[in-house]
Amino acid sequence: MKERMILDVSRLPLHATGTASPTWWGTCAFMLIEGSGFGLVIAIYLYLMSLAPHWPIDAPPADLWAGTSLTAMLLASVVPNIWVSRWAQQRNLKKVRLGLVLMSFCGMAPLVFRAFEFPALHVRWDDSAYGSITWTILGLHTVHILTDLVDTLVLACLMFSRHGDNARRYGDVEDNALYWHFVVITWLPLYACIYWVPRL
Amino acid sequence: MTIEPGRSAATDAGPNEAELERRLTQTWSSQRGFWGAVASVDHKVIARRYIVTALVFLALGGLLALAMRIQLARPEARFIDADRYNQIFTMHGSNMMFLFAVPVMEAMAVYLVPLMVGTRNIAFPRLNAFSYWIFLAGGLLLWISFALDTAPDVGWFAYAPLSGPEYGAGKRADIWAQMITFTELSALAIAVEIVVTVLKQRAPGMSLDRIPLLVWSMLVMASLVIMAMPAIMFASSTLIMDRLVGTQFYNPAEGGDALLWQHLFWFFGHPEVYIIFLPAVGMVSTILPTFVRRPIFGYLPLVMALIATGVLAFGLWVHHMFVVGLPRLGESFFTASSMAIAIPAGIQIFCWLATLWAGRPVFKVPLLFLIGFIVTFVIGGLTGVMVASVPFDSQVHDTYFVVAHFHYVLIGGAVFPLIAAIYYWFPKMTGRMMSERLGRWAFWLIFIGFHVTFFPMHILGLQGMPRRIYTYQPDLPWGTLNLFVSLSSVVLSLGFLIFFIDIIRSWSSGRPAGENPWNASTLEWATGSPPPPYNFRAIPVVDTRDPLWSQPDELPVTSGLRSDRRELLISSVVEALPEARESSPQDSVWPFWAAIATSIMLIWSIFSPWAIVWGSVPIAVTLIGWFWPKGAAEDES
Ligand code: HEM
Repeated sequence: MKERMILDVSRLPLHATGTASPTWWGTCAFMLIEGSGFGLVIAIYLYLMSLAPHWPIDAPPADLWAGTSLTAMLLASVVPNIWVSRWAQQRNLKKVRLGLVLMSFCGMAPLVFRAFEFPALHVRWDDSAYGSITWTILGLHTVHILTDLVDTLVLACLMFSRHGDNARRYGDVEDNALYWHFVVITWLPLYACIYWVPRL
Repeated sequence: MTIEPGRSAATDAGPNEAELERRLTQTWSSQRGFWGAVASVDHKVIARRYIVTALVFLALGGLLALAMRIQLARPEARFIDADRYNQIFTMHGSNMMFLFAVPVMEAMAVYLVPLMVGTRNIAFPRLNAFSYWIFLAGGLLLWISFALDTAPDVGWFAYAPLSGPEYGAGKRADIWAQMITFTELSALAIAVEIVVTVLKQRAPGMSLDRIPLLVWSMLVMASLVIMAMPAIMFASSTLIMDRLVGTQFYNPAEGGDALLWQHLFWFFGHPEVYIIFLPAVGMVSTILPTFVRRPIFGYLPLVMALIATGVLAFGLWVHHMFVVGLPRLGESFFTASSMAIAIPAGIQIFCWLATLWAGRPVFKVPLLFLIGFIVTFVIGGLTGVMVASVPFDSQVHDTYFVVAHFHYVLIGGAVFPLIAAIYYWFPKMTGRMMSERLGRWAFWLIFIGFHVTFFPMHILGLQGMPRRIYTYQPDLPWGTLNLFVSLSSVVLSLGFLIFFIDIIRSWSSGRPAGENPWNASTLEWATGSPPPPYNFRAIPVVDTRDPLWSQPDELPVTSGLRSDRRELLISSVVEALPEARESSPQDSVWPFWAAIATSIMLIWSIFSPWAIVWGSVPIAVTLIGWFWPKGAAEDES
């Protein structure tokens, strides 16, 4: 078939940023998948609760301190996370490096508290359905934190390497920050389920 | 819009056509040899693999069906014993649903969507390669376990407690559950790719109301996958946990609930039916206009019907559970929504009939299968409305009536359109036509064979024959009909055999097809058959719904993409205005290694929970290898 040139695209930017970028949409799609997963877990929690004569089943409500400290920590980490995202937008290599190191710590610190959350449940995963669902929720969210932590660490190494100073990498940093926000936000309803719903 | 000459020799505006094609081929081709093939991220190569693999699973599943029919042909037959029979119907159902129907539809999307929206590769092509290897590993897991006589035997929906730790000894149920994890993982990966490809990589001018209907249907399908698959992944993982580490999700004695399994399974399982069916609908709406020589009637209602079906699909799951004794109001609600889904289905049927009516039909093989689809699907839909009513369902639940119903909708509603689609797009995929003569034989044998096989099953069901029985006594009144059904299934198989022979023969020696053998209207026909690795020499510009019909001998295109690195055009979501030139990843073996590492972890985790911990390390390593930039032009910007 004969071709007729009617549109020249050679002046377009070489990389789509922000919401124009396919990676941003991909990240959103993955967040939707995981979001449906977490929504479902909450629904199952409430479903099992509605079946049980007493909730929690044969256990006191979980101790608050570990979970609450972790929550406070996650919430606080939103601030440096916003900074990193902003610095990446400004393509400020030095600050982005610093920010990623900071965010790596923000990813590691909650894990310490997470280790205390499991015993604070006062129930084993195989004691009852209550134990099963709470352990599963904590486990899933731990995987969530771990994935983002590994991603952040790798990205930090990348930014210190010769591949760092590049529009594409800054986009990756922004997407990683977006994902961390998501990790924090999904935790809040889970936290409410584990710690406060049994106290209602 | 003006024509501007490109500024550097590395874009597609400078050189003459032959030189440009040479450069693009160099940039977009995969390496030769085994590792080149493993590393390929070309959506066409991967989709072809996917389709062939899924068709092999179709043939294997068909052989299992034949085995069941031989066993049931007469009372008290001894061809297959009870345990093998349990494995066989479970294998048949699981294989057909998870290894054939869903993957083949996704594979068609992987092949067609990038071509139909006019781009050079799918979004996240490495994820695409990963997805195929994971799918293959899941299929091998299931079939190897069958060869070792440890295949799952708990039915394709593996209800707890039968599949739980108490009754399901051994690893059979775990293999089923993990096979699910494999296939869902691969399905989710493709869903993400499809969504992003459709939203961000459309040719300039292809606004939302100009997207081909097939692409719309694949978009809705992908959204369903994204929302529904987490439920089944949760279900299958918790089932394994119940069996391996003693969680109590499905154990009523400790506060769990066996019905939870059914809710989770059908919350996924019903949308699953539409995950298979919606792509088929899209195929029908895309193929039909070509053979009646007029644009589709009712584009907008058809799009609305697709979306409505997608939404309603989530309000239906309980109709698989009418007999478990749910609250009255609940049942009424789900009856209403089950009947409501007949509305978008009806709209679609009327639009197709109107298109047929107003056009000049050319009865080639694809159109024959489409008509076979419409007839069969209407019958399947009617029995569907019947079983949506609780009193009726209570009567026929778990009988052959249900077996007949779902084969009418699955084979009639999805396999017929799929065969039409294969006849229709085969020339594009291979550059060769399939045989019109063999195609007609295949059609009549399959169509007639199908109805004589499955229609009598309705009657068997009404006569009370339960499904999933490996034999029956001679004094029951089912013998004659069963023999008839079994003989008919041979006719049906003969039809499929001819279809497969036609594929193999035509692939090597079919008549050359040329760019657009059917004189169709969508963009995939505006490039070579088979398309070159870069799909389009220049990205087309679109200003109508049927671009190749509105300007039959001239294709408006863009210029200015680079030819020395893999580059595509990113456009805006609604209007498809060009926004950026984006690189597309190069070939890589890392997705393959990542899939191997993932498979090891998943299979190991059937046996030990520590697999999750230790098995994750190699996965992380391979993922880093996958994403770490290698200094290629595609990695930078
Ligand atoms: C090619 C011709 C086919 C024949 C002759 C056939 C035959 C059968 C028979 C006889 C059963 C009932 C087994 C029993 O309840 O004891 C069955 C079950 C089933 N078939 Fe097919 N089938 C065919 C194709 C398909 C296809 C293409 C699909 C899906 C796309 C499919 C999906 C299923 C499912 C999901 C079950 C239920 C399995 C279970 O009870 O767990 N079948 N089939």
